[in-house]
Amino acid sequence: MALSNGASELKAGPGAQAAAGAKLSALFAGTMGPLIGLVLLCLALSLTTDTFLTVRNILNVLDQVTVLGIMAIGMTLVILIGGIDLSVGSVLALAAMVMGFVAHPDHLNLGMPAGIVTALVVAGLCGLVSGLLVTVTKLPPFIATLAMMSVARGLANMITDGSQIIGFPDWFTSLSIIRHFGFLSVTVGLMIVLAIIFAIFLNYRATGRSLYAIGGSAEVARLSGIPVKSLTNWVYAICGVLAGLAGIVLAARLDSVQPSSGFGYELDTIAAVVIGGASLSGGVGSIGGTAIGVLIIGVLRNGLNLLGVSPFIQQVVIGVVIALAVATDTWRRRTQ
Amino acid sequence: MALDPSHTQTPHLGLFVSGLCKSYGPVQVLADASFEVRPGEVVALLGENGAGKSTVSNIIAGSTKPDAGSITWRGKPYSPASPAAAIDSGVGMIHQELKLLPDLSVAENVYVGRLPMRGGRIDRAAMNARASAQLKRLGLDVSPDRKVRTLRIAAQQQVEIAKALTLNAELLIFDEPTAALGSEETELLFQQIRKLKAEGMSFIYISHRLDEIAEIADRVVVMRDGRIVARHERADIPVRTVVEQMVGRSVERMFPPLSEPGSETLLEVENLSSPERSFQNVSFSVRTGEILGIAGLIGAGRTELVRAIAGADPISSGSVRVAGKPVHLNGPAAAIKAGVVLVPEDRKAQGVVLDQTIGENLAIGNFDHVAPNGWVFPKAVQKFAEAGISRLGVKGRPSQAISKLSGGNQQKVIIAKWISRPPKVFILDEPTRGIDVGARAAIYDVIADLARSGMAVVVVSSDLEEVLGLSHRVLVLSRGRQRGILDRSEASNVAVMELATS
Repeated sequence: MALSNGASELKAGPGAQAAAGAKLSALFAGTMGPLIGLVLLCLALSLTTDTFLTVRNILNVLDQVTVLGIMAIGMTLVILIGGIDLSVGSVLALAAMVMGFVAHPDHLNLGMPAGIVTALVVAGLCGLVSGLLVTVTKLPPFIATLAMMSVARGLANMITDGSQIIGFPDWFTSLSIIRHFGFLSVTVGLMIVLAIIFAIFLNYRATGRSLYAIGGSAEVARLSGIPVKSLTNWVYAICGVLAGLAGIVLAARLDSVQPSSGFGYELDTIAAVVIGGASLSGGVGSIGGTAIGVLIIGVLRNGLNLLGVSPFIQQVVIGVVIALAVATDTWRRRTQ
Repeated sequence: MALDPSHTQTPHLGLFVSGLCKSYGPVQVLADASFEVRPGEVVALLGENGAGKSTVSNIIAGSTKPDAGSITWRGKPYSPASPAAAIDSGVGMIHQELKLLPDLSVAENVYVGRLPMRGGRIDRAAMNARASAQLKRLGLDVSPDRKVRTLRIAAQQQVEIAKALTLNAELLIFDEPTAALGSEETELLFQQIRKLKAEGMSFIYISHRLDEIAEIADRVVVMRDGRIVARHERADIPVRTVVEQMVGRSVERMFPPLSEPGSETLLEVENLSSPERSFQNVSFSVRTGEILGIAGLIGAGRTELVRAIAGADPISSGSVRVAGKPVHLNGPAAAIKAGVVLVPEDRKAQGVVLDQTIGENLAIGNFDHVAPNGWVFPKAVQKFAEAGISRLGVKGRPSQAISKLSGGNQQKVIIAKWISRPPKVFILDEPTRGIDVGARAAIYDVIADLARSGMAVVVVSSDLEEVLGLSHRVLVLSRGRQRGILDRSEASNVAVMELATS
């Protein structure tokens, strides 16, 4: 038991095997269930409709989930550290309105680049304020971001007194329309690149791993020397920036911005992250899982549309899917 | 209860447990457990964690059902379907983790679930009066209106006991009741147990503290691996005998020999005070290879002091120097960088991330070593973890969930986490709390080795024997004040307690 005599019984073969096993299971950690769900869903829709399994429709699904997907990346980080961000829908609207106001010829007319940068800065500040309310004022994240949700929505309305701003340059709207190499629009590409960057960040960067530690136990993380407060602030700020970016993508898709946009998106976003296997108590979740969660919601909406199901019934179905996904996940964890 | 407990041969109206068995899947946690508890006596149930004490108690208290066996209570067959049914039959259990509602008042907690009503409204006057009477019976002077959250742990425990009394419990099961109590509070609890005993109540008393058993128990039942391995008709049996029965082998020595400390001073603490005044003007120093024990009653400020030195809590004045250099104590990260590491008091809440693997737990706080460029690769984590695991002899693999490890092995993981840096000052707060007697020796060996490798070691413990057996010198705190530092030669039970209670 002495510190100096390294007991060598554990050095042998099983270590290497366990390592390989660990790698494989890490890749699919917690995402196996949602993945099976997604595959089954796609199979069912391929069999019941002629139109689902076409390249055109798959690209449509990807286009439709870009806004949700980009927001869900930020929400994954927040939920991982045991937080929640209810303000993303409002921040999306605020960022879009700021961009429109700064860029549009009817208003400040400072050009699109200035508009986009200002929008992202404002969105990031909203997130940072939420973060500070959590870390400094010690508000529960639910309350802090509920307050931000109201404030950001109000600000979004104040900019134009509630009216929308229509018409952006062609190059901007074509970001979401023109499919390069025949399949990839800039906005879908942006979502995929962001997902890959954040997946690598969470899996392989020390800071990313620290977020898992914070979510697992903030006190353990703090006593281990991890700067919990500043990382928390960063996570909320990044979540804000990504919500802002989602607002800009939505503006490109719609060629307009309106202060009422993004209403209720926070709940879709949280649903996607949770369906993807993340735990609302923190410490468990992944970008891969979230991507699957986003696709399940996207495919479900698209498929139900193809089947001609009314939007009201769609809401019911999505609610049932959320309950089912989390229930099976809880059940699986318990039986392990 | 007019029965005379000394008539051991005659049948009595107490508790007879016979042939209880319980398995979870293939694992048998209880095999053929039989014992009795006579009216008006305290039976101590001893055994390591996992020996089956909790399973037996849970069966008697109605929260677990046995696979086989039977219980007779007060002359009738007894098989409670739920804790509520057990309570109705007069059997209550005081859990180690108290089950109180912190934001309700003392009286509400005592009567929760059966609040006295009058005319469709809660009869607060009657409730408070009755709760008050029960608390007085226990010798506790607390207003029934007070919120439970504002009470100290010891007082909260009294509220649980009061609650059991109002439920007319005649058999009370205590699970480690003194784990969070200081010695004065323990003495008060014992007085109450003796008083209730004289009124005819019976007790099953589970504890790791063997010295207490001799004081409070009438008889002792020892368990190991789900079986009852010994029944003693009296409680003042030599500790060595009991420990050997508990661990199933002879315990040669509990504490390792200590090596001679070096001459260089590594840790200097000067006039350290906390903003909440939980400790004031504490000054001491620790040399290389030296183990300083910190003793004191609960609430003396021991944990607060070492947490402040490790940067976990703020200080109001004073200074800490490590190897001559002042440490700016503005957070754990700064302390760790200066070479001061802490193994915290509450292993589950502050020491390990239970959702994660052993490897991940070892990597937390060591990303600067595991990932010098910020890139954490699974291979690097694996390698780092394997080194720590083999160095401390942790029984587990890096990819294993840490929640599956025993307390002793979890504690080794927490120590292993810091050992590779290597730190200059190693602080351990209650290093063996909740750890089996058999596994404690291994932790003591590790602590002695930390010192032997040249670190300055600080050990806080409520277990006085542990502090005395493990330390070169002992600092005694009482009510936040430093009462003295005793050398190993002059530190005895009596000397330390004198200072601690001053």
